[in-house]
Amino acid sequence: MIAIIDYDAGNIRSVGNALSRLGAEYELTADPARILAAEKVILPGVGNAAEAMARLRDSGLCELIKSLRRPVLGICVGMQLMCRDSEEGPVQCLGLFDAHVKRFRETPEAKVPHMGWNALGNLDSKLFKGLKGGSFVYFVHSYYPELCPDTIATCRHGEQLFSAALKYENFYGTQFHPEKSGSVGAAILQNFLAL
Amino acid sequence: MVAKRIIPCLDVKDGQVVKGINFEGLREVGDAVGMGVQYARDGADELVYLDISASREGRHTFAGLVERIALGIDIPFTVGGGISTLDDAARLLDAGADKISVNSAAIADPTLISRIADKYGSQFVVVAIDAKCIAGRWTCTTHGGSRLTELELFAWAREAQERGAGEILFTSMDHDGTRAGYADAVYARLSEELTIPVIASGGAGSIEDIRRVLTEGRADAALAASIFHYGQIPIPQLKKALLEAGVNVRM
Repeated sequence: MIAIIDYDAGNIRSVGNALSRLGAEYELTADPARILAAEKVILPGVGNAAEAMARLRDSGLCELIKSLRRPVLGICVGMQLMCRDSEEGPVQCLGLFDAHVKRFRETPEAKVPHMGWNALGNLDSKLFKGLKGGSFVYFVHSYYPELCPDTIATCRHGEQLFSAALKYENFYGTQFHPEKSGSVGAAILQNFLAL
Repeated sequence: MVAKRIIPCLDVKDGQVVKGINFEGLREVGDAVGMGVQYARDGADELVYLDISASREGRHTFAGLVERIALGIDIPFTVGGGISTLDDAARLLDAGADKISVNSAAIADPTLISRIADKYGSQFVVVAIDAKCIAGRWTCTTHGGSRLTELELFAWAREAQERGAGEILFTSMDHDGTRAGYADAVYARLSEELTIPVIASGGAGSIEDIRRVLTEGRADAALAASIFHYGQIPIPQLKKALLEAGVNVRM
């Protein structure tokens, strides 16, 4: 069973839909016992990081998430909440990944939000098993995690190279949306399920 | 660099995909979910589903359809047609749509754009604009091109951006259905004046038309319907040709 953490983080149906397409069973839950019992945990998130962090704190799940020893995957803002802090607020986050989250600087070549399909580089994790550098995934975000020792994939928007994915021990995060990234995204989710 | 997007547009009436030729003589071409799955497999980057049902039952059918589309396809999709309130938008987002597009209702009440954007974020809001060139002035229309407004295209597009639109989907009513190419110069000017992405719609007849609007026309995405639905231009072939022509597309 996969637990998708339900902390009122906006439209998270698509993550569940993607798991259904892969034949995986999941439940949306904020129940600590269910989250602890799950084989894998997904922390989704859309919208404003400071507001999402406030809701996650209200849910009382922060310490529980940090204590998990099974694979955890943060997606988009869910991943940003697993970083050290975010300029969006600014807000202190969970500090699982040693990365600051910063805002893109708008240039004629780099519109903000960074929205659409972009290529991954420097793939360095079992999460990307079977995938080649240059594989395209779908992004929708205005803030990005900087490069850091936890970076396991990069992406370039205009001049800015940033972390497209992070990993620290059993914690994984993708700035892109694997659930909306076609066959490449399905492969990444499948790899996560196989961890 | 963000790839240029290819977007098949599916007009849906009572759950079935239809394509109007100049908005008349509607013709069914297939199952909405099945066609979406096939397009996603073929390499479409995104899909747009437009509800053209006129009745309440038709609208109800559409919301149910959006749930099935969300379950079936693994690429982003936008839904539009008849969204006139924040509640309409909320219902479709809850059903699983990634973005919604507003058109006539946003012209009638421009605060609709900001209300949806404030609640759900700009990335959820596509403002669709249908315009035609009248005596040298690009004039916005509503209700499928049947009613002229006072609004000028570029001014309205800028206002939509200021109010929180995440993208502009501009259809030239002069080009739509002609298969003689997009209004390239108009897209180039929109791209120049706006900071948000511009989706080109109306007039695609060949691979070259699409290449031109994505390069000279500087559009971020090219939308088309009939050339895809009737198999005239298979998407894998289109993408290969664009890549060979130096356009950054997702393969």
